[in-house]
This record gives sequence, structure tokens and C-alpha cells, in this order.
Amino acid sequence: MNIEEKIKDALCSRASGWSRHSPKRVYFSVRKEDILETAKLLFKELGMRFSIASATDTPQGIEILYHFSFDKTGEIFSIRVLLEDKKSPKIDSIAPLFPAAEWIEREMWELLGIEFSGHPNLKHLLLVDDWPAGKYPLRHER
Amino acid sequence: MNIKQKALTKSLFAYHAATSPCNNCDIEILDLFTPRHDVERFGITLVGSVRHADVLVVTGVPNYKTKEKLKTLYEQAAKPCFVIAVGNCACGRIMFRDSYNSPCPVDEIVPVDAYIPGCPPKPEAMIAGIVKLIEKLKKAEKK
Amino acid sequence: MSHKVIIPIGPYHPLQEEPEFFRLYVDGEKVVDIDIVLGYVHRGIEELAEHKHFDQIPFLVERICGICSTSHPLAYVNAVEDLAKIKVPPRALYIRIIIAELERIHSHLLWLGLAGHFIGYNTVWMWAWKYREPVLDIFEMVTGNRNHYAMMKIGGVRRDIRDQDLPILKKTLDELAPAVDMFHGAVMDDPVIQARLKGVGVLTKQQAIDWCVVGPTARASGVNIDIRRDDPYAAYNELSWNVIVEKDGDVFAKTKVRILELYESINIIRQCLHKLPPGEIDADVKDIPAGEGIGRVEAPRGECFHYVKSDGTNRPVRHKIRAPSYMNVASNKVSVIGGTISDAALTLAAVDPCYCCTERVAVVKKSDNQKILNGWDLVRLSQKKTQDIKKHIFVNTDIRGLHTDGHG
Repeated sequence: MNIEEKIKDALCSRASGWSRHSPKRVYFSVRKEDILETAKLLFKELGMRFSIASATDTPQGIEILYHFSFDKTGEIFSIRVLLEDKKSPKIDSIAPLFPAAEWIEREMWELLGIEFSGHPNLKHLLLVDDWPAGKYPLRHER
Repeated sequence: MNIKQKALTKSLFAYHAATSPCNNCDIEILDLFTPRHDVERFGITLVGSVRHADVLVVTGVPNYKTKEKLKTLYEQAAKPCFVIAVGNCACGRIMFRDSYNSPCPVDEIVPVDAYIPGCPPKPEAMIAGIVKLIEKLKKAEKK
Repeated sequence: MSHKVIIPIGPYHPLQEEPEFFRLYVDGEKVVDIDIVLGYVHRGIEELAEHKHFDQIPFLVERICGICSTSHPLAYVNAVEDLAKIKVPPRALYIRIIIAELERIHSHLLWLGLAGHFIGYNTVWMWAWKYREPVLDIFEMVTGNRNHYAMMKIGGVRRDIRDQDLPILKKTLDELAPAVDMFHGAVMDDPVIQARLKGVGVLTKQQAIDWCVVGPTARASGVNIDIRRDDPYAAYNELSWNVIVEKDGDVFAKTKVRILELYESINIIRQCLHKLPPGEIDADVKDIPAGEGIGRVEAPRGECFHYVKSDGTNRPVRHKIRAPSYMNVASNKVSVIGGTISDAALTLAAVDPCYCCTERVAVVKKSDNQKILNGWDLVRLSQKKTQDIKKHIFVNTDIRGLHTDGHG
């Protein structure tokens, strides 16, 4: 089984919206409740490296992409999660799984207002500590 | 110009304050001290504390965190202390002027005596800028 | 356990006190905890990118960092070319590699110089930066600027390498190779440097995996990753070179990886000059369709990752930038702890931090229990340790240079 098949096999219907737009870029969606299990599968069991996460303010909600690199083949598997509640988007933190996720979750919190439950140290990373609350620079206020 | 200012034109002690740079100007400033340009032969040297500085060399775009630091540094420096803004970011913020994290340019925080534009300014341009500043000081003495 | 808080102010740059970024907690001479605070260099570039046209963005992202100023535009154009499925002409791919590898050479020499300064070998600093100058001269000859070369554009490169420039390029590389031999001998074989750097700032392989570090920091800890080989971009799949991997994870291993990578970069550029095909240097790019793309390159510090999302207009909806130092600097949390204060500056510098890429750090408040050391103090402590080691080694050796106390 190649790596994509292994993920499909482990997650079954919990992973959807599979797309391989270019040879080494794979995107798939999971529900936010399944992010911890999916991240654990990719990082701990399949031995992928966490590259980074990127969050975008879209009309449908806040979309987070967790990018994992499978260095043996050079593929990037990006897990897509949509947080529909834009007023208070919330998701489990994956920092308890591996410390590499700590900083980016802090950054996504302060720039987009996403609450990461279970994060060990959710405080400002880049902005001043007295940055006005509720003002998120990467939100698209229309 | 008093004896202190006169002494300045002979040997400049520079303190490097980076507000929010991409580091290119900073590396080119350090380059001035390496064998090809070697400004130490002109008596210019970098110091570790702003209290020993004659010249404050500022690079980068001020952001909310560095703005207060820069102001404090300037206040701590023994006067007269001249300020040189090195690089386009310090001169006018260029493309970062619209950033949400940049409140104002350098010359609204501290008074700037010389601007050395460039991205980054070549070491030769920096030397030329320092020489211009020294000449400006000398002219002020003659008045 | 009594804690004394020492606040170093900006040890990254030895001659620069601003801005501070680490809070070290020490017990006696040992570092027991470290607080890494960022934010001094944050300029909101990702947000600015959403207001720029796709072709303006290479100029913006170039200024994320002055030292790896071609890695960011290259990763960005790779992301857009991934999104829009743009085929770049072969000559442009080779020129991209030449520029990227020259950048690696200048960046590693820069780091070597700074590391030399940190341990008190100012001659290494002066020589490394002296040999860096011809590389910057080549950049000026080919691109017009010593730094911020503005070579990358979507679909190709902005300037060609003229035929009359090729012999000068070759000559500079030929003169650089013996200089690298000199550094290799001077640094790797020096017993004082070995004693100073070995065992310092160790990042184990498991820690390197957990903190997802990249680049020479990862390779020095035994993690064999290199984007040029694993996910080839430009024309790297047509070239051959060695990926340098060490296993000790200490500062000596990181130094060795960077010095040996200098040889490999020279080798890669020579292959490119030999194989450089004629032809166009850019593709005819019309519109960027809606979609998303990821581009990544092996910058001198590691994987530089750009994600671009487009909605079919001429500006990106989202541009995520992740520089290699973002992952590497975070790992200082484990590599500095357990070491001494005199090793702190060296360990922090060993990941070759590009704080402007990562985001620098901030102010610390005073309290009664705090002793403040600035960057100069930390560097001086580091240099003093080297002096002490030197004394120990030369007191305990006879005139033949053999150790008299039994340690080989």
C-alpha cells in the first residue's frame, strides 16, 4: 500500500475531499473533531514531518490546512479542516502530540482568533502583549 | 562646535540599533569592518553600549515593539549623539508603510541627521554617507 | 532550587544589542530553562502580500530576509507555478540553481565568520567574510545587486547570465575551493575548536524529529532530509551531489555539515555551468487561475515553505510563509538547556537563526532578582571559555603536541 492508501485505510469515511492537483501535493478534509487522531496517524504512525499549518479566513469559515511532509517520497499531505463558527472558531491543539506545533498555533490564535483547546502556552507570539483584543490582522473584514 | 563634536569628526563610535530589519543592511554594516572595506582605519568602530556611542546607526522598519526601544535608546545616549538612518526601510519604510504592525517611520521617533538610502546601501555608499555627515558637522563648526 | 534570571540582549548579532530575544533561567552556571520571545521583526508581510499583485510579491518576500533573499522568492514562484501548472524553461531552471547555490555559499561563509567571532577566532571571521566578497561580486555582476538579487519571477528568471560572465564565475569558484580547504583544515582539525564545539548544544535525533527541525540543524542530528533531493525543484533532479549528514547533533556537527556543504555547492554550480542549456529564460504567463499551490526550497537554513491560494483575481487570497528558522529556533528550547551560560550564545547561533525570517524577540522587565547580560557579555563569556580551553590544552601537551595527561 502506498502512503495515500494507508491514510484512506486508517481513516475511511472520516477523510473526504481527496485531491491530488499535482504529483506531490495531496489535500484531504477531516472534521475538526478528528484532527488529533489524523495528526497522530500522520506524525507518529506514518513518520511524516510537520512542515507548518496555514489558516485562511474564507466566506464559509476559517479554513486550517495542516501540512505534513512525507520526506521519503517528497509528497506533502495537507489536512483541511473548516471551522464554520467564525465568531469563536475552536479546535483541539495538536501541540501535545509534538512540540513543533506550539508556535504556529499561537500565531494562528493571535492573527486569526482561533482558540486551540489544550494548548500549553496560548499567548502572543509576534504581536505586542497589549494588542487590542478582537482585532485579528489576517481576518478579511468586509 | 565644542571639543566633543570636534572629537567626533575624528573617530566615530557607532551603536547599531536595528528596529525591524531584514538584516541585509545589518550585514552590510558589519561588512564595513571586514578586510575589503575596513572602516576601522578611519577610526570608526562599533560599541556595545549606547552610552558610549557618538552615532546611532538605525536600520529597519519600526514596529510597535521596537518603537519604544528606539526612543529609549536615543534618550540614553549621551548628547550630542547623531543618528544615521541606513537603508530604505529606515529612511522611509518603503513597502512596509502599509503594514498593520508599523506605526511610523524612524524620523518620527528620533531626529535623523543623515539618510543613507539603498536596499541595502553598498558599503561604499555607507562610507560616503558617514563622510557627508562628518563634513556637515565640520561646516556647522565653522559657523 | 534558587533561580537567578539572566537576560541576554540579542546574542544573535554579536555587535548588535537590539533586539533582545531570550530569557535564560540559570542555576549557578547551568541553564535550566529558556523563554524564547519573538515579535521584534514582525512586519506583517503575509497580510501585505494579500494586497499585492502576484508579480509584485517576489520583491516583497525577498525582503523577509537579507541573507536568504533568494530562497523566499524561489519558494513563492514554485508555489504559484505549482498552482497554475506553469512549465519553466530549462535555462531558467539552471540559472535558478546557480543563484540558489551561490546564496548557500555566501550564507554558510557568513555563518562561519560569525561563529568564529563567537568563539574568539576573529581571524576566521575576517577570512570567511573576505572570501564571501567575491561571491557578492558575482551577484553584482549577474544581477546588479550584492544582496536582494530580484532574480526570480513567475515562470522563469528576470535576468540571464551572459556568456562573458561565465569565465569569471568559473574563476571565482576555482579560487574559492582552496579557501574552503583552508577553513576545513583550520576549523575541523584545530584541537581547541574541537574541544570548544564538541558536545555543546546537542540536539538528539529524536528531539530533531519532535521539533520538526530542518536543514543543516536536522542533518547534523542524523535526520537525512534535503528538499533538493526529496522533492526536487528547478533542475536538481538532473544533478548529483552528496547530502551531508552527521550524527552527534552538537555545534561541531553543525559546523562540519555547513563546511562540507560548501564543497557540494561548488560542485553543483560547476555541473550547472557545464550543462547550462541555451534558450528562453521565462515562460509566457497569462493569468493565475483559482486554486492553491505549495512551493518549497532548501534554503541555506532548511526548508522554506510557501503556500499560495488564489481565487482567479490578480492578488492572492492567502500567502502563508514559513521560513526554516521558525522550526529551528524553537528547538533551542531543548538544546540550550543543560549547557552553561558561556555556551548559550554559541548554541543559539548554531542553528544559524535568521530572526527576521522567524520574528525576533522582545523586551524583558527588570525585577530584583535579575542580573542583566547583554549580547557583548555573552560573546565575551563564550570567547573566555575558548581561552580557558586553549590554556588547558597547551599546558597539558609537550612540544610535540601530544597530550601528557593521557587524553588523546
